[in-house]
Amino acid sequence: MEFGFTTAAYVVAAVLFILSLGGLSGQESAKRAVWYGIAGMALAVIATLIGPGSGLWLLSLLLIAGGGTIGYVVAQRVQMTEMPQLVAAMHSLVGLAAVFVGLNAHIELGNVLAMGPEEREALDGFAALLAHKTSVEISILRVELFLGVFIGAITFTGSVIAYGKLAGKVNSTATKLPGGHALNAGAAGLSLICLIWYFNTGGVLPLILMTLAALFIGYHLIMGIGGADMPVVVSMLNSYSGWAAAAIGFSLGNDLLIVVGALVGSSGAILSYIMCKAMNRHFVSVILGGFGGTSGPQMEVEGEQVAIEADGVASALNDADSVIIIPGYGMAVAQAQQSVSELVRKLRAKGKNVRFAIHPVAGRLPGHMNVLLAEAKVPYDIVLEMDEINDDFPSTDVAIVIGSNDIVNPAAQEDPNSPIAGMPVLECWKAKQVFVSKRGQGTGYSGIENPLFFKENTRMFYGDAKASLDKLLPMID
Amino acid sequence: MRLKIGTPKEIHEGERRVAMTPDSATALQKLGHECAIETGAGHEAGFSDAAYEAAGVEVVKTAAALFKVADVVAKVRPPTETEVKRLRKGQTLISFFYPGSNDELLAQAADKGATVVAMDMVPRISRAQKMDALSSMANIAGYRAVIEAGNNFGRFFTGQVTAAGKVPPAKVLVVGAGVAGLAAIGTATSLGAITYAFDVRPEVAEQIESMGAEFVFLEFDDSELPDGAATGGYAPPSSPEFQAKQLEKFREIAPDIDIVITTALIPNRPAPVLWTRDMVEAMKPGSVIIDLAAERGGNCELTVMDEKVVTDNGVTIIGYTDFPSRMAAQSSTLYATNIRHMMTDLTPQKDGVIYHNMEDDVIRGATVTHDKEVTFPPPPPKIQAIAAKPKEKPKELTPDEKRAAEVAAFKAQTKQQVTLLVVGAAILLGVGLVAPASFMQHFIVFVLAVFVGFQVIWNVSHSLHTPLMAVTNAISSIIILGALMQIGSGSFLVILLAGLSIFMAGINIFGGFLVTRRMLAMFQKS
Repeated sequence: MEFGFTTAAYVVAAVLFILSLGGLSGQESAKRAVWYGIAGMALAVIATLIGPGSGLWLLSLLLIAGGGTIGYVVAQRVQMTEMPQLVAAMHSLVGLAAVFVGLNAHIELGNVLAMGPEEREALDGFAALLAHKTSVEISILRVELFLGVFIGAITFTGSVIAYGKLAGKVNSTATKLPGGHALNAGAAGLSLICLIWYFNTGGVLPLILMTLAALFIGYHLIMGIGGADMPVVVSMLNSYSGWAAAAIGFSLGNDLLIVVGALVGSSGAILSYIMCKAMNRHFVSVILGGFGGTSGPQMEVEGEQVAIEADGVASALNDADSVIIIPGYGMAVAQAQQSVSELVRKLRAKGKNVRFAIHPVAGRLPGHMNVLLAEAKVPYDIVLEMDEINDDFPSTDVAIVIGSNDIVNPAAQEDPNSPIAGMPVLECWKAKQVFVSKRGQGTGYSGIENPLFFKENTRMFYGDAKASLDKLLPMID
Repeated sequence: MRLKIGTPKEIHEGERRVAMTPDSATALQKLGHECAIETGAGHEAGFSDAAYEAAGVEVVKTAAALFKVADVVAKVRPPTETEVKRLRKGQTLISFFYPGSNDELLAQAADKGATVVAMDMVPRISRAQKMDALSSMANIAGYRAVIEAGNNFGRFFTGQVTAAGKVPPAKVLVVGAGVAGLAAIGTATSLGAITYAFDVRPEVAEQIESMGAEFVFLEFDDSELPDGAATGGYAPPSSPEFQAKQLEKFREIAPDIDIVITTALIPNRPAPVLWTRDMVEAMKPGSVIIDLAAERGGNCELTVMDEKVVTDNGVTIIGYTDFPSRMAAQSSTLYATNIRHMMTDLTPQKDGVIYHNMEDDVIRGATVTHDKEVTFPPPPPKIQAIAAKPKEKPKELTPDEKRAAEVAAFKAQTKQQVTLLVVGAAILLGVGLVAPASFMQHFIVFVLAVFVGFQVIWNVSHSLHTPLMAVTNAISSIIILGALMQIGSGSFLVILLAGLSIFMAGINIFGGFLVTRRMLAMFQKS
């Protein structure tokens, strides 16, 4: 088949991918948008298979089918609470694939350079492309594939660690090897030296060395980031997997790879930015781990946490006209979304105005809470984001906080010395009555005391979120 | 050793309350204490000896015997001299005490070496609300005041239109919106009366309105108004000008009001006179005045303590001081619960051992004698009563300033964008100078794609961020194209690596798209 056809197919595929991402601006158009993405991907793969340079058709198709089967089974089986792990695991696959493709490009380059001019003429496909490059272009190619492998390797180990942390297989607290960031900086320096080395010699050794260094950076960087910063980490890795694809696209001279890589890369970058902004933290400080220092003594928290039983919550809910529910990671951990949904259904059946307030960093993945609530059949038009609902708290009778802590911490606004000062928070304490469903008296991810729990209109509803709600449900009439 | 908590029969005449109920005894036993009660102590409040016995309380024949066996004596009224004489060293007495006006008893109790915890001295901080007996008794007094008024008032509270004619609703004025006042407002409004309320603290207007009453406003300069937060939540004395204004207002509305309930008290002072003789005279015959401040001289000039008087113009003035006792079952329940909470704080380990922590604000505040010493008055509590000072309001911007700020923001934004564009263009041009044309072609595609990506992704709805990640995951598997192009190579290693890449990308493509579809299908509109 002609090269022109492949290019044309790539253009169509690129347009389809852009439409697919653009369609995610609304819930209904998103359902259509997925099909654009699927069509784009199918078109791109078919065009490449029948285009120049490919071979071993049958093997390729078999491998795709094999991988596809696994993907299908995983996609059907995964629990919605496990989405963060799944996304991280998939990033690691993209990262590893990028490393392999980059290494392949290096091997091919070596083969082609070793050939004589006559042999080069006889080549086709990717090798032919390499054969026609000038020496400057080959140098650039080396930089490109070096970058692709570097980013890919970081994405791979980083995602594996992120997966481990999210799945609870690795301790989710921030841990660093002795030496801390100096180790990362050392590994990055080593990679830079390898780049210069590789640029000049084209040998395989610097490439391998750099790959190992990058694998280490990915591992160590993510190990040093704790649980609640995971939304940033996952979206950052998402971004990296895109940039890796783009870098590989450069080295292979494939525009579609570049376009898609750039789309994914910028998408992840924007998500990371949104998450950081929602925590009022600088991207760098999230990546380097830990919360910023304080500028003075924190405000003393006074008063006591007053506990309440299910019957008290039930009578308040029965009397309330408007209710706002603020879910957090605790809801996901307790698998309480079905009970929450049932509660909402009962309250709405009585004509009460029930809504959800979602903080951008609630959960372990951007938009995690929305997906969980959607799974539990909570209609999406009562699930609102922070800016839409924050002004409504003063006119709300009851706010229920389920498994969130830092995102409802009034210290962010009231105490300029708090480590989370300035972070946008849901102002639930302005509601007439606040119930906090929480396992115990511990602090949140940031490790700071939450004055909300001590406020006069706050009652603590201790216990596992799901068990508490199930106890509450029969009392709502 | 388990401590024994004992409650004697109240000997004050007409006092029907009791400091321990079978319910509170059960709770006290859970703290590791034993309970004892004098026979017949709960009779007037409706708790029989048998009920106490059923709750595991030892019934003791005489008060003297009870004082002998009990380590902690809990009662309602301040102790009489005989009762104080029965105290012994190390014993704890919990009751109302009014140490400010009971110097002699205080000295005697201290002399005996007994610890006295005065329930009326519990500081007014949020943590101590559960043992604030003054508030729980005031609540009952407020309720009972309305009931008592209704009993003496010849008409309905609520307005009715009946076949036999139209009945206007009663108009109730509540003066002083403390706990008792608010309770009275709640009771009066729920009976259907039109309720007005007044308080010198303007910040309680919101509470008054939330209970369904109308706040009687005075036109007065804000700066001269007293600040209740500074005096432990009680109203401080007000200035003469203010008082004059207040009386003028009352005088104006007096002829319209059917029922007046006054609850105004100032700590450590006689009650202020707010309802003067001429106001009473201006009221309609059949009207009722309930003076909850009668014990301190009364808010109404004509009040006689502990008595009901009817004036010449037919206005009934009630000066009873035993409203809580008139509802002995209810007030005993609440008071016993207050006592139980106090005991809970005194036995932090729940092991039946009293730990009298004089560092604790609440315990220190309520303790008036300890270790043979009079510990009254207590030092000011470490925690302020009601929320701290009001916050400074953010300065209101004038329209001009706002516009200026907007213009400045716009300029800054423009500047930022132009800088970004210039720097970006410069970098592009710089790259273009050195890089070969074939690279630049791809590079332009890359830059454009990043640009399109940023434009598109900003519009993605927040709630769809998880599907966005899943779908970008799937399409970033476009890396499969690279592997597909390489798998045709001759080298075995290349084929192996490319094959693995294709396999992994395959997982990703199918997994990513399918899981996205699954998620999106779940989003449903209501």
